[in-house]
Amino acid sequence: MEPFDLTLIWAGIIAFGVIMYVLMDGFDLGVGILFPLAPDEESRDLMMNSVAPVWDGNETWLVLGGAGLLAAFPMVYTIMLPALYIGVFLMLAGLIFRGIAFEFRFKANRSRYLWNIAFAGGSTVAAFAQGVVVGKYIEGIQVADGVFVGGPLDFLTPFTVLTGLGLVAGYALLGSTWTIMKTEGTTQAWAYRITPWLLGAVLAVFLLISIWTPSIDPAAYERWFSTIHVIWVLPALALFCAWKIWRSVRQGREGVPFVATMGMFVFTYLGLLVSKWPYVVPPDITLYDAASAWESQLFLLLGLLFVLPFVLIYTAWTYWVFRGKVRAGDGYH
Amino acid sequence: MELDPVLISRIQFAFVVSFHAIFPVFTIGLASFIAFLETLAFRTGNPIYTRLSKFWIKVFAVVFGMGVVSGIVMSFQFGTNWSNFAQATANFMGPVLSYEVVTAFFLEAAFLGILLFGRNKVPAGVYLFASFMVAIGTFISSFWILSANSWMHTPAGTEMENGMHQVVSWSAAIFNDSFWYRFAHMGLASFLTGSFVVAAVSAWFLLKGREVEANRRALSMCLWLLLIIAPAQLWVGDLHGLNTLEHQPTKVAAMEGNWETSGNVPLLLFAWPDQEAQTNHFEVGIPGLASLILKHDVEGEVPGISAVPRDEQPPVAIVFWSFRVMVGLGMLMIAFAVAGLLLRPGGRYWQKRWFLKGLVPMGVAPFIAVLAGWFVTEIGRVPWLVYGQMTQAEGVTPSLSGGVALFSLIGYMLVYAVVFTAGVYYLTRLFEAGLEADDAEQAHDDAERPKRPFSAAHVPLESTGGQA
Ligand code: HDD
Ligand code: HEM
Ligand code: HEM
Repeated sequence: MEPFDLTLIWAGIIAFGVIMYVLMDGFDLGVGILFPLAPDEESRDLMMNSVAPVWDGNETWLVLGGAGLLAAFPMVYTIMLPALYIGVFLMLAGLIFRGIAFEFRFKANRSRYLWNIAFAGGSTVAAFAQGVVVGKYIEGIQVADGVFVGGPLDFLTPFTVLTGLGLVAGYALLGSTWTIMKTEGTTQAWAYRITPWLLGAVLAVFLLISIWTPSIDPAAYERWFSTIHVIWVLPALALFCAWKIWRSVRQGREGVPFVATMGMFVFTYLGLLVSKWPYVVPPDITLYDAASAWESQLFLLLGLLFVLPFVLIYTAWTYWVFRGKVRAGDGYH
Repeated sequence: MELDPVLISRIQFAFVVSFHAIFPVFTIGLASFIAFLETLAFRTGNPIYTRLSKFWIKVFAVVFGMGVVSGIVMSFQFGTNWSNFAQATANFMGPVLSYEVVTAFFLEAAFLGILLFGRNKVPAGVYLFASFMVAIGTFISSFWILSANSWMHTPAGTEMENGMHQVVSWSAAIFNDSFWYRFAHMGLASFLTGSFVVAAVSAWFLLKGREVEANRRALSMCLWLLLIIAPAQLWVGDLHGLNTLEHQPTKVAAMEGNWETSGNVPLLLFAWPDQEAQTNHFEVGIPGLASLILKHDVEGEVPGISAVPRDEQPPVAIVFWSFRVMVGLGMLMIAFAVAGLLLRPGGRYWQKRWFLKGLVPMGVAPFIAVLAGWFVTEIGRVPWLVYGQMTQAEGVTPSLSGGVALFSLIGYMLVYAVVFTAGVYYLTRLFEAGLEADDAEQAHDDAERPKRPFSAAHVPLESTGGQA
């Protein structure tokens, strides 16, 4: 009946979807987070224009992730969402506000400052909420008989606040290095200036999390310090990327900082997966406990395999069409 | 007072899905209208059709954008508020709901970009093809979502195993007993919505004497279509009701306001259902007609609400009145379609001001009818979530407290109020700018970018401050 392990394939697909989402929506959320700090209104125009053609496509990965989870790992969906109820609401509200701001800021004149607030606030709240999700995932969730049994504010702990802030800083770093790549002149100079500070903030949070994690998650400690030592290559690579960002910013390179930031995210993400594998709802629920029926996984996989290549090609094409610097004037008004 | 998480979750779900549904129900109809206009433009080469199409594509872009934004919320509702239900039904609901998203993805990824931004970038044939694919895509989306919903009303093709439904037959589950009725009824409802909105806006332009030739044609097309689909909706609705009688007799009893199972039941035109006393006040009805409609026999026996215990009864008054609102509006739509035909000779349909003035408010009628229809369907199945198998109280998220649910409900209301105001306000600006806006825009086309629904429209948000 089950000729191959679909659960594993689905785990790969979801993991891929999540990192795609984090990298791609990450930089445009980051641009929103940095919005209030930008030197002037013209820079804001440029920054918004630089992500305008792609943000909507970036966000679709989130929808795919949500729907894919329900279909392939329903238990993750039905435990994580109740556990993060308020966080999910805040994230959705944030995403809606910034989505609407994208559409209306360029068409607004007098009310433009309101849309600026909606854009920056929405982006920051959404990023923070996603960081909290990561933190909660590391901390583990209170489950009995396959349902969440904690309280509505359980998700808000000092640790998850820290990861929330960490992700805000991380997305901001993606945003600033993206801005370096996509702009010139004063905007770019400003982005060069703030990048080292953001990098410092991200590293500080990483350090704190690394020190803190073993005390809340002994299993992860066990994994890192006693069994498999090859995995240390992941944090090493992440640190290498961090160094690369710092150096390339000093050298005034344009593309390298962004690529290195993405690298840093990827290696950190892999590190996180490694510490939790094979648990999808830590501390006790594994991939296989959470999986839906084999037939259901197969049924959706067929459709997805058909659609995914189109989505990837189209995504690549959009980025290709809008490559290069954004300049004042090629916006919308 | 103790806040009931089940009740608040129900209200929240009803609110967000009602809000979401009004957008797709319009875009589904409008997408087909645009594909039709593109076909006419392609075959006749008459620029008037292109002009109309360009205008309605802009409207489409805004409404589609709002549909997407509100749809993202929907895909999290099942997990946040109905986690027990989501867990139990995941093997079926998961893939089917995902297919809706995947379809929307595919449509957006491949063809929406072309439709919104590619008119001058791809050959005319490809553009026409894209417009058809978008229209078909919206239908495929609704196919999946209505299948999921219908399965909850008439579950089939699954078996319970370890507390989860396992799919034993995909075809039986997807094409369950109420699916085709619901799909047909909803499809027609979408076409009615598209037609009445286009007719209303065209009538409004005609009243102002703007772009008369183009708007006259648009109105004419809508009226012809309405002549077929408005009566068809009555027919399909009747079949749908007969199907419901078979599977959910209590719901039909509530729609008819019939408390006791009996023969020779009147069709009530007015009544005040009283759940407490299990009876109606102030009844006005046509004797025997309900029996005749439902059983094709004046003496036919119609089920009564009190056949089921009180805690399995839906709230009768809402179902009863929603049903009358829907059917009443359906009749009014037929009346407008027929009037349009009678006014054909001499082109009076686009010259008679009373007719045009009547059409303008009819633009909102289908939205009200659609929501009323869903209220009948969904409230009429209370207390069941999966009919006969899982109640709402069993399906709700166990950890959810009333206070938290109320917090998110109010939150969604506030967020949507902003979205809706901005969106509708912008739509009215688009309508004011009208087809003429197109002339000023020709120059802009090069700076266009894909993937941004709203940016297909260039009209500024506020009326003053004109440098936009
Ligand atoms: C795939 C599923 C699905 C779909 C397509 C719809 N619904 Fe629904 N609806 C539900 C699944 C559902 C549900 C999850 O099953 C709810 C939540 C609580 C309940 O009893 O049923 C529900 C409840 C619910 C209620 C509250 C009933 C009550 O508890 O008193 C209303 C008024 C609506 N819906 C309205 C709509 C509208 C306007 C829709 C238009 C598109 C719609 N529903 C589509
Ligand atoms: C529980 C109910 C529903 C859920 C969970 C849901 C979910 C979604 C989601 C996530 C999207 C956005 C997809 C994207 O990113 O492009 C969407 C859009 C859409 N939905 Fe729904 N939806 C629901 C009800 C409905 C209903 C009842 C219909 C119509 C019959 C419908 C038809 C559409 C269509 C046609 C779109 C494409 C966007 C548009 O035309 O506005 N949906 N839906
Ligand atoms: C003209 C006479 C009409 C009749 C006799 C009729 C009949 C019905 C019935 C019996 C139901 C309940 C189905 C159930 O038990 O689940 C229903 C639902 C519904 N109706 Fe109507 N209807 C009519 C007109 C309309 C119109 C004009 C619209 C909108 C433009 C509309 C939109 C809907 C919708 C959206 C639903 C809920 C979805 C569904 O279950 O199909 N109806 N209708």
